[in-house]
Amino acid sequence: MPKDAGIGASSKRREDARFLTGTGQYTDDINRPGQLYCHFLRSDVAHGKITSLDTTAAKSAPGVVAVYTAEDLAAVGGVPCGWQVTDKHGEPMKEPKHPILAEGKVRHVGDPVVAVIAESLDQARDAAEMVALDIEDLPAAVNMADAINGGAAVHDEAPDNICFDWGFVEENKQAVDDAIASAAHVTKLELVNNRLVANPMEPRVAIGEYDRARDEHTLYTTSQNPHVIRLLMGAFVLSIPEHKLRVVAPDVGGGFGSKIYHYAEEAFVTWAATQLAKPVKWTSTRSEAFLSDAQGRDHVTTIELAMDAEHNFTALRCSTLANMGAYLSTFAPCVPTWLHGTLLAGNYKTPLIYTNVKAVFTNTAPVDAYRGAGRPEATYQLERVIDMAAREVGMDPAALRRKNFIPTDAFPYQTPVAVQYDTGDYDATLTKAMELADVAGFEARRQESAARGKLRGLGVASYIEACGIAPSSLVGALGARAGLYEAATVRVNPTGSISVFTGSHSHGQGHETTFAQVVAEMLGCDEGAVDIVHGDTSKVPFGMGTYGSRSLAVGGSAIYKSVEKIIAKAKKIAAHLLEASEADITFENGQFSVAGTDRTLAWGDVCLAAYVPHKYPIEELEPGLEETSFYDPANFTYPAGAYVAEVEVDPETGVTTVLNFTAADDFGNVVNPMIVEGQVHGGLAQGLGQALMEACVYDADGQLQSASYMDYAMPRAGDFPMFTVDHSCVTPCTHNPLGVKGCGEAGAIGSPPALVNAVLDALNKGGIAVPHIDMPLSPRRVWEAIDAARPAQAAE
Amino acid sequence: MATVSMTVNGKPVSGEVEGRTLLVEFLREGLGLTGTHVGCDTSQCGACVVHVNGASMKACSVFAGALEGAEVTTIEGMANPDGSLGVLQAAFREHHGLQCGFCTPGMIMSAADLLARNNDPTEAEVRHWLEGNFCRCTGYHNIVKAIMAAAAEMRGAPVAAE
Repeated sequence: MPKDAGIGASSKRREDARFLTGTGQYTDDINRPGQLYCHFLRSDVAHGKITSLDTTAAKSAPGVVAVYTAEDLAAVGGVPCGWQVTDKHGEPMKEPKHPILAEGKVRHVGDPVVAVIAESLDQARDAAEMVALDIEDLPAAVNMADAINGGAAVHDEAPDNICFDWGFVEENKQAVDDAIASAAHVTKLELVNNRLVANPMEPRVAIGEYDRARDEHTLYTTSQNPHVIRLLMGAFVLSIPEHKLRVVAPDVGGGFGSKIYHYAEEAFVTWAATQLAKPVKWTSTRSEAFLSDAQGRDHVTTIELAMDAEHNFTALRCSTLANMGAYLSTFAPCVPTWLHGTLLAGNYKTPLIYTNVKAVFTNTAPVDAYRGAGRPEATYQLERVIDMAAREVGMDPAALRRKNFIPTDAFPYQTPVAVQYDTGDYDATLTKAMELADVAGFEARRQESAARGKLRGLGVASYIEACGIAPSSLVGALGARAGLYEAATVRVNPTGSISVFTGSHSHGQGHETTFAQVVAEMLGCDEGAVDIVHGDTSKVPFGMGTYGSRSLAVGGSAIYKSVEKIIAKAKKIAAHLLEASEADITFENGQFSVAGTDRTLAWGDVCLAAYVPHKYPIEELEPGLEETSFYDPANFTYPAGAYVAEVEVDPETGVTTVLNFTAADDFGNVVNPMIVEGQVHGGLAQGLGQALMEACVYDADGQLQSASYMDYAMPRAGDFPMFTVDHSCVTPCTHNPLGVKGCGEAGAIGSPPALVNAVLDALNKGGIAVPHIDMPLSPRRVWEAIDAARPAQAAE
Repeated sequence: MATVSMTVNGKPVSGEVEGRTLLVEFLREGLGLTGTHVGCDTSQCGACVVHVNGASMKACSVFAGALEGAEVTTIEGMANPDGSLGVLQAAFREHHGLQCGFCTPGMIMSAADLLARNNDPTEAEVRHWLEGNFCRCTGYHNIVKAIMAAAAEMRGAPVAAE
C-alpha cells in the first residue's frame, strides 16, 4: 500500500498551485521601480580584432542613459573559472582572461562588446544599432582537430589552443598499452559526442540594483546556485563583500546545468546599477541564449576495449578532444576530466584504464556541464564499444555485460579510476529492464516489422554515475576552488510550524515538496506545517546549489542533520517539562513520552516552551528552537541502472521511430516516486533528443547554424512514446542518512547509447552491416549509412 | 502610440501601445499579467499561448494594436471563480504534468483549446496538437497523461486507475 504522506509518498507538488495559475515569480516577472533596460551588442563574427568603436551617436539616442564598453570596466575583473585542472606534466591549465565586455578582440559569435542602457528595452535596442563597430575578421578556430594543428590561436596564452593535456591515471598508461597490445581481442571505435544546447524554456535574466544610502547591492538572476554566484561575482569580479551583496534566484524555469555558471551579464548589470544608482535589467532573447549560454558535450573520442579469449574486459584506453569554446566557463575543465575519466570503469570490473583528454579552445560559445556532464560522454563511449565488441565476437550484448559486471559481493568496490562505489546490483536492473521491455518477445515483433518492410532493433545500455557531488576534501585535491557541502537551517516557530532554509535550489525538481516530506516524516507532522525557503542569500545561511543530482543526497542530508539536532534539543526541553530524565524521553509521531508511563507532551507544547521559557531549564539550555548544519558527504553516490530501447527504422527513408523505452534505475531510497519518475522522463527526453535529433552546429567560419528553434531540433511531444520507468531495484546509499543516490541526470546518461545500439541492431539484424553512426541519428545520417553499406553487400 | 481596448479575463482593459507592441508584451508589461511567458523569439516554443476570441494563439505572433475589442483569456483567467484549480489545471497537478512551470501556462491554454474542440482525443492526437508547445522538463509523458485524464473527467468518463 503506497504511503499517503512523508518519505515514500507521491505527495502532489505544492509548487504547482502558483505555476498552474500564472502566479509564479520568475526573474523576468520582476520589475523594480525606476528600472532601466540593458541590451548587449554582440559580435557577429567568430574571431576578430576590434579596429574602431564609436558610441557617440548611441549615447545621444532617445531614452539612452549610458553606453559602456570594455574601457569603462578597467577596474572590473574577468569572469572566473571555478576549477583548475593540472595537466599530465604537472602544469596548471591555461586560463586566459574572460572579460565582461570584449577587450580588443572578439572570440565567438555572441561575445558581448557594447552594453546600451536606456529607459525602455526598445530604446536600448534601437540605440545599439547606432554604435559604429568595426571588426577585422581573423581566421577562426572551429573544428577541434584543426584548432590544435596550426589553427588560429583563440588566446595568445595558448598558441596551440590546448587548455590542458590530461592523463588519467598516468601511472597506468604503460600497463594499459601493454594489455591492449597483448589482448586476444581489441575493439576500437571513433565517435563524436554531439554538441548540445541546454535550452531551459526560461531564457536567462539578470537585474542589478544598488541602494546607495545603505551601500547594498542586489542581483536577481536565473541561477541554480545563488550563493555560488555571490561568491564568484563578489570576490573575483566586482570586489563586493558578501554582507553587501544579495543574490536572489526566485522561480527558475529549468536549468539543466546551463544556469550553474556565473555569466558576464550578471556582473555587468550589478556593476551598471551601481554606477547609475538605478536598477538595470537584462532579459536574454532565445537568439541570445543560443549564442551566449554555455553549451554541452562536444567530445571527439577514440576508445579501445581489450578482452581476453573468454571475453573478460582486460583494459580500456580512451583519447578525447574536449571543446572548451572561447572562454573557460565556471566548471568547464572539470567536465571532461574528473566527471568523465573517473567514470570509465562504468559497471564493469575492467582492471586497467587510461584516458587522455586534450581540452581545446575554439571560437565558439563556452562549453560546460549539461545534464550528466562528463558522465554521459563516459557512458556513451563505453556502452557503444561494448555493443560493438559483442557484435564482433558474436556474443549477446546483455550477456557480455553481465559477464563483466562488478558482482554484488564486491562492494565497496575500488575502481582503477579513483572512485570507490559503495553499493549496487547491476544484474538486477538489467534483468528488470529486460523483463519490463519484454525482450523475450522481441524476435516475434521484429519479424512482424520485417513483414511490413521495417527494421526493428533492440538496444540495451547499463550506466553508472557519480552524483551527490561531493566530499570537499576530495574535490579540493582534484582542483575545485570551492567546497561542495550543503547547508540547511531548520527553524521551529513558536507555534510549532517549521521553516527550512536550504542552500539547494529548485528549478523544477520539486524540492519544496520533497524536502517537506522528509521533515514531516522525521517530526511526525503534516507536510503543510513545513515551509521550504531557498534561492535568496539574505535568507539562507549558505549553499552550494543544485547540480549533479546532489540536492536530496547532500542538501537533504543537511536538513536531516538539522532536524536531528532539533529533536535532541526538544527532548531536553520535554524532559524538563515532564520532570523526567532525558534518557527516558521518546519522540514518536510528533509526541514526546516518558518511557514506561502514560505521561506525554505534544510537539506544539515543547515548541512554545522554547520561545516562552517560563518553565524552562534556562541554566542548561538557551531558549529558541533553530539549528543549522553543514553536511559534507563522505563519498559520491552511485546511481546505476539499465535501459532498453526498441526502435523501428524505415530503410527507405532512414526515419527512426522510438517504439518503447524502458528504464530500470537504482536510485537507492526514494522520497517521492512521482517526482522521481518525472525526473527520469525528462532525462530520457533529453538523452533521446541528443541521440536522435539535437545538434549544435557551427560552420567553418564559426557562425552558429543552429541558432534558433527553426534550426535546432528541440524534441516535441510527437517524438516520443510513453516511457516505462522502474525504480524498484534498491541498494540504499551507505553513507548518507537518507540512503538516497540522486535521480536527475540518469535518464540523459543511459538513454543515448541504448538508442544508438537499438538502431544499429535494427540495421545489422536487417542484414545491413553498419558498425557505427554518430549522433544525432537523423534520417539523413541513417539513410546514408544504409546506402553506403548496401553496395558492399550487393558485391558480396 | 495608440490606445487599444480589449477584454482580458472578463475585465475591460485599455492601454497605450506602439505599433510594434506584441500582445505578449502588452499583457506582461502593460497589464502585469506575467503568467504568460516568453520562451523564444521565433514563435516556436508556445510558452505564450493565450486564447483570443476563444481560440488558442501565440501571443508573440500578434500585435496588441490589432486586437481592438477582442476577448482575451490568459492563464490567470483559468481557475474556477472561487480560485480553485480548473479541471485541466488540477489534472496537471495530479499527474505531475509540470516541473519548472515555465511552459505550463502555454500548455494549459493550448490543451484547453484542444479539449474544447475534441473532448475525446487519442494519445496521438494530443501529441500532435502539442507540436507548437515545447517542454524541456517532463519529456511530455505526464503532460499527455494529464490532458487525457482531464478529457476523461470532462466527459464524465470513469478515470482509469493508476
